[in-house]
Amino acid sequence: MQLPLKDIIVLEFSQYLAGPCAGLRLADLGARVIKIERPETGEAGRKLSIKNMWVDDSSLLFHTINRNKESFAVDLNREEDLQWLRKLIRNAHIIIHNFRPGVMERKGLNYEEVKRINPSIIYTEISGYSENGPWKNKPGQDLLLQSLSGLTYTTGNKNDPPTPFGLAMGDYLCGNQAAQFIIAALIKAKKTGKGSLLQLSLMESLIDFQFEFLTTYFQSRKLPMRSEISNGNPLLSAPYGIYKTADGYLAIAMMPLSELNEILQLGALQDYREDEAFVKRDEIKAIIARRLLDHPNQYWLDKAAVLDLWIMPVLNWKEMEASQGYQILEMEQRVILNKGKSFLTTRCPIRINKKVLKSDKPAPEVGSGNETIKLFLG
Amino acid sequence: MSKLLDDILVLDFSQFLSGPSASLRLADMGARVIKIERPGTGDICRMLYVSDVKPEGGESTIFHAINRNKESFAADIKEEASLKAIKKLIAGADVVMHNFRPGVMKRIGLDYENVKSMNPSIVYGEISGYGQEGAWSHLPGQDLLLQAVSGITYLSGNSNQPPVPMGVATADIVAGTHLTQGILAALFQRMQTGEGALIQVSMLESLLDFQFEVLTCYLNDGKELPVRSEVNSAHAYIAAPYGIYRTSDGYIAMAMGSVIKLGELMEMDALNKYTDINDWFMKRDEIKRILQERFLQKSTADWLSVLEPADIWCADVYDYKDLLESQSYRILEMEQWVKSQGLKVRTTRCPVRVGGKRFISEKGAPGLGEDNEKITKEFGL
Repeated sequence: MQLPLKDIIVLEFSQYLAGPCAGLRLADLGARVIKIERPETGEAGRKLSIKNMWVDDSSLLFHTINRNKESFAVDLNREEDLQWLRKLIRNAHIIIHNFRPGVMERKGLNYEEVKRINPSIIYTEISGYSENGPWKNKPGQDLLLQSLSGLTYTTGNKNDPPTPFGLAMGDYLCGNQAAQFIIAALIKAKKTGKGSLLQLSLMESLIDFQFEFLTTYFQSRKLPMRSEISNGNPLLSAPYGIYKTADGYLAIAMMPLSELNEILQLGALQDYREDEAFVKRDEIKAIIARRLLDHPNQYWLDKAAVLDLWIMPVLNWKEMEASQGYQILEMEQRVILNKGKSFLTTRCPIRINKKVLKSDKPAPEVGSGNETIKLFLG
Repeated sequence: MSKLLDDILVLDFSQFLSGPSASLRLADMGARVIKIERPGTGDICRMLYVSDVKPEGGESTIFHAINRNKESFAADIKEEASLKAIKKLIAGADVVMHNFRPGVMKRIGLDYENVKSMNPSIVYGEISGYGQEGAWSHLPGQDLLLQAVSGITYLSGNSNQPPVPMGVATADIVAGTHLTQGILAALFQRMQTGEGALIQVSMLESLLDFQFEVLTCYLNDGKELPVRSEVNSAHAYIAAPYGIYRTSDGYIAMAMGSVIKLGELMEMDALNKYTDINDWFMKRDEIKRILQERFLQKSTADWLSVLEPADIWCADVYDYKDLLESQSYRILEMEQWVKSQGLKVRTTRCPVRVGGKRFISEKGAPGLGEDNEKITKEFGL
């Protein structure tokens, strides 16, 4: 299968997650993604590991985010290297950077300069808080952005402290939105010959992520409240949430209380009208929670299945892996390293014409593409 | 400035959030999006009131947020004449998308194969909950349920808490984002080949991708399940001090950084002994407990004034009121007024700026069937 972004060249002046996860998606869709890295040390993400897991000089984390890419090492203080870089820019379609505001300017690689070299370039900059304002020099770190954007008051229960998402939501979403807009800008460039400047920030992405909450807040001016127990989404009524049973946990989505009560069989629940399911959700959820403890997951799931109720078991990764619903997705792929080594990771989540997109090409060593790329540039 | 997507027509058969959030982004880029809705009820999200907020005019706040800048064409697909009209629309469309359960579009003759025979260059996008086949494929693609089976609920909160779901419809948004990527890539390829494509995403695959860093760790570390820290947890795989701490008057968020340096800046001898960097992860619970005790002794502003100048990555913790009052939020101009059926509704704008400009459109969410007359005339239906 010919991948949609074949022959598209992306220069990734990025580190850590937001920029590089945009590059990864473009690579999986067929683009040739070249990381522009400082000689020897490379991007900072190479030295960031989780659980102290390393593949070579670079962490498994780096290898996960940067598979299927090449690396071009340049010393931006050397004129010769800069000349190569300008040549490369002339041949590229896309630039992605996630340096703090001002860094690319100092290197003469801001949009205006780059546009002079390549007028149809799609120039993408990702910052933490946008290029202006009192926070523009604050580190654009995911947890800090979650904390400043109000997101931590959506998760956990009412009496819990603010609870962050345990994944880099801001980085991931911003990078994915960058990939969206880059491809849209490619469509425009193909049509008009004109490039684009795309600007994103983790803050704007996280605000967009909360658009349902904020639009509701703009109308009501009431802060969203997490429910006292089993909070699943502060905007939603009982029963929405996760509940403990005799042997595990169940997730119960939105449904009329009367429908849920067909399996719970609780006199106490009959006292509530459907339109009280939001204002009285704490007491209603407490009643439901007590009842669910009476039986194990499977007992409730069997009853729910008969009525097609929106209830699922809560699984950890081991349980998920063991399920047929996971296995059938073929979500895992093997990345082949040199010297016969390899590791397992996940694949691109998008299917094209019923085919999954896989690539076993590993992350590059720093500067490993220099020779080939220079030959290509001539 | 021309839009990124000019002259792209999207027919969106989807409801709720996953599909409609994808078409919202396409509309933000300049595409024309027509919601195809069932007469009478329409997109069920119209009546999905949240937080007990019922705006005058009838539609829910979230419907307004998700469906601004779109048109609505009400048509009963079970009726011969309506189906004929829809097929005529499809013949002139660039994108068809839906988020029905597998099999539904086939039953009404609007699955990819059929639509392709009407319009060979169509880009057809679909979002399912669990993929097109397998034991779960017939189940509803509902956000909380998808979070539940994906393992993601074991990543947030502290270790003594039950599984904690992310309080925003993450599976919907992430799947919608991936669908848009796929649709756009197919539109781009079509400019070269003239051929359309079928683009499929599922909420489960999208949530697995969202977890790609930590899942890859799991797949290669002997399959050890994630362990959230006992206190102040913000990421199961990151060392102390990473987390949110209570102060004397609020909270402070602490990103990754040196425990030793923190000990010096915060004048805590108790941290001096953690010179081995591996201990910051292995002993994160005890380190976090020591930090938590100390943070309680001063206000958030006091701590920020000590830590920020020393380049420690930290921040205040805001609710929406704090956020909206901050200058950094105001300069983003994230809010806009849209007009919907004679009402003015305040909502957010597209998060990405193109050519240095914010994309603002006062076109609000359409009333059900609001554009039937115009579309009927325009396309000669």
